[in-house]
Amino acid sequence: MTRILLSSVAAAAVLASAPAAWAQTEIQFWHAMPTNLGETVNEIAAGFNKSQSEYKVVPVYKGTYPETLTAAIAAFRAKQAPHIVQVFEVGTANMMAAKGAVYPIYQLMADAKEPFDPKSYIGPVYGYYSTTDGKLLSMPFNSSTPVLYWNKELLAKAGLDPNKGPTTWPELGEMAKKAVAAGAKCGFTPQWQTWTLIENYGAWHNLPFATKANGFGGTDIELKFNDQPRIKLIQMMADWSKDKTFVYGGRQGKSDSLFHGGDCAFQIASSGSAAAAAKALGQDKLGMGMMPYSPDVIAKPQNSIIGGATLWVLQGRPKDEYKGVAKFMTYLSSTPVQAKWHQDTGYVPITMAAADATEKEGFYKKFPGRDIAVKELTLNPPTENSKGLRIGNFVQIRDVVDEELEDVWSGKKDAKTALDEAVKRGNELLKKFDAANK
Amino acid sequence: MEKRVTFNERWLPYLLVAPQIVITLVFFFWPSGEAIWQSVLVEDAFGGNSKFVWFENFSHLFSDPNYFASARLTLVFSALVASLGLAASLLLAVMADRVIRGASAYKTILVWPYAVAPAVAGVLWGFLFNPSVGVVAWALSVIGIEFNYVINGNQALLLIVLAAVWNQISYNFLFFLAGLQSIPKSLIEAAAIDGAGPGRRFWDIVFPLLSPTGFFLLVINIIYAFFGTFGIVGSLTQGGPGQSTNILVWKVYNDGFRGQDLGGSSAQSVILMAVVILLTFVQFRFIERRVHY
Repeated sequence: MTRILLSSVAAAAVLASAPAAWAQTEIQFWHAMPTNLGETVNEIAAGFNKSQSEYKVVPVYKGTYPETLTAAIAAFRAKQAPHIVQVFEVGTANMMAAKGAVYPIYQLMADAKEPFDPKSYIGPVYGYYSTTDGKLLSMPFNSSTPVLYWNKELLAKAGLDPNKGPTTWPELGEMAKKAVAAGAKCGFTPQWQTWTLIENYGAWHNLPFATKANGFGGTDIELKFNDQPRIKLIQMMADWSKDKTFVYGGRQGKSDSLFHGGDCAFQIASSGSAAAAAKALGQDKLGMGMMPYSPDVIAKPQNSIIGGATLWVLQGRPKDEYKGVAKFMTYLSSTPVQAKWHQDTGYVPITMAAADATEKEGFYKKFPGRDIAVKELTLNPPTENSKGLRIGNFVQIRDVVDEELEDVWSGKKDAKTALDEAVKRGNELLKKFDAANK
Repeated sequence: MEKRVTFNERWLPYLLVAPQIVITLVFFFWPSGEAIWQSVLVEDAFGGNSKFVWFENFSHLFSDPNYFASARLTLVFSALVASLGLAASLLLAVMADRVIRGASAYKTILVWPYAVAPAVAGVLWGFLFNPSVGVVAWALSVIGIEFNYVINGNQALLLIVLAAVWNQISYNFLFFLAGLQSIPKSLIEAAAIDGAGPGRRFWDIVFPLLSPTGFFLLVINIIYAFFGTFGIVGSLTQGGPGQSTNILVWKVYNDGFRGQDLGGSSAQSVILMAVVILLTFVQFRFIERRVHY
């Protein structure tokens, strides 16, 4: 079954990337950005194509992240790889392990003699995708980080100050309980629960997710997230769910319908959801702030980590074409392009200069809260625990954590049993990954 | 006198069946062979780091209690989908067969669900039963049933069974209706004259005469439940909550296409293939004996 699908994807890929008779060198750019985001990608490519005449970047929408990756893999195996493919952050370790398939960005830029300054990038954005000695592997493109959203109307109804969000978990619990007592159907709901409650909670409190600096130091690692603070957090949510202070809305972005529909007082969600939330609730009814922290774990929060995707350059194309790829990467990181990307989409800019330019334009005054993501990411210099995650078979491990957490929400397991089991099952997957990549 | 037409040409028959053979080889045997080959390899997704590991992928699966849980779940799921799907569509076909006025309208409407892709069917049912915005979930809450398939595993399983059955009913319906219409009316009339009531006529005459159709549909429905339902699971529950809807074919898809674990996923599809071949064999060997053609 797998093979049937894979071969047909390969066949489609071959057809899609048949060489065209252009005088310009075409650069295939496969991405997973739908609708409005895809339009913005097209605009960026058009801008680059206009800026010079030698190369032409052709963006192709390939479906969801996994679909895009599968298509690129099939094309690579059929020796018809695109130059650039957008891969989500959880695929990072698997991409790194694919020796001979990827062309690391630092090497690409050096080979093409393009100017490249690692220091201009935002720390945790750059760090997530670089080697332990700071060499960039893939170009950060769309990055986001979890922030706290609240429904001002529901807070006001509960007699709370709608403009002041909670800064700690106990405060959030208290406010959410009050909102529920005042008639809200749900106090708090998380989006992408594993990313927000386990991965980012760890970075925010400077707790390790896995051994060897969260996997940056090698593939023979073990998961570490079944620690006391996270067991306590998950157990607290489970207790909250009895009186609807906590309501589980489903995996990935499925809890959006709860918060955007006006049921929930609070949501921890991707900063990239800001525009959609503002549209659903009304800009003036949406409150935004930093994620809460647990004061009994850390005195001041560390920094958050990102989610999203990067652009990987694939091997297997004629050498001179990669010059154009490098030029496109430079164009992509330029301040005007990044500032526009950040403002249009809600993703964080990848360079500090783009964030400053956006500030100067007065964008954050008009859309309050859109600067919180950058603030969280740059709150402190990243530590080993908050630089990012480099976990093999991460897609399946996230599924495992989702499954185990759902067993907590449904009351089948307590938090400790579930997290221990998640670590155990996750370690099996890591062992398998390590064995496959020795 | 009987007149026989024979071809003296030696190669012509082979030539005439060649297209069918080629299609079978290219689209069934080749991919199956590749799947078997992949299942004994461990490699990174890009194919750069390929290692032959004998049956390691299989032993990983057989040492994983979750895999057996998933297999058990698949059996329950398939049994439910096949039995509910066949029963519901037989009922509808018998009803539609009796309708005199507006029969074609009924038939057309009953065939519609088949035009809906499984993934879309999943989205549709998910929307109806969505705990926060779903119409049906709201109606159920009014009569005091809290329906939340996002947390409640049994409800999630029920929901994917319903969606899968609904999606397949049209197909079953068409075959049952055709089967019903090919039963000679004289038999039924004779039974009626002998004093058999509608129930008796159905069980003693119609049902046995429908058994070839029913048997064919049983095989098809089991295969559908095993292979064709991952779109529904994908768009509705993604195997959750917990692992309560993690059926084997979803696991194959998820590990192979989301997790890029081609070896493990291939091993699972080889097992799945073997199970379905075995099931089909058992059905033909034992159930077919009781089928009247």
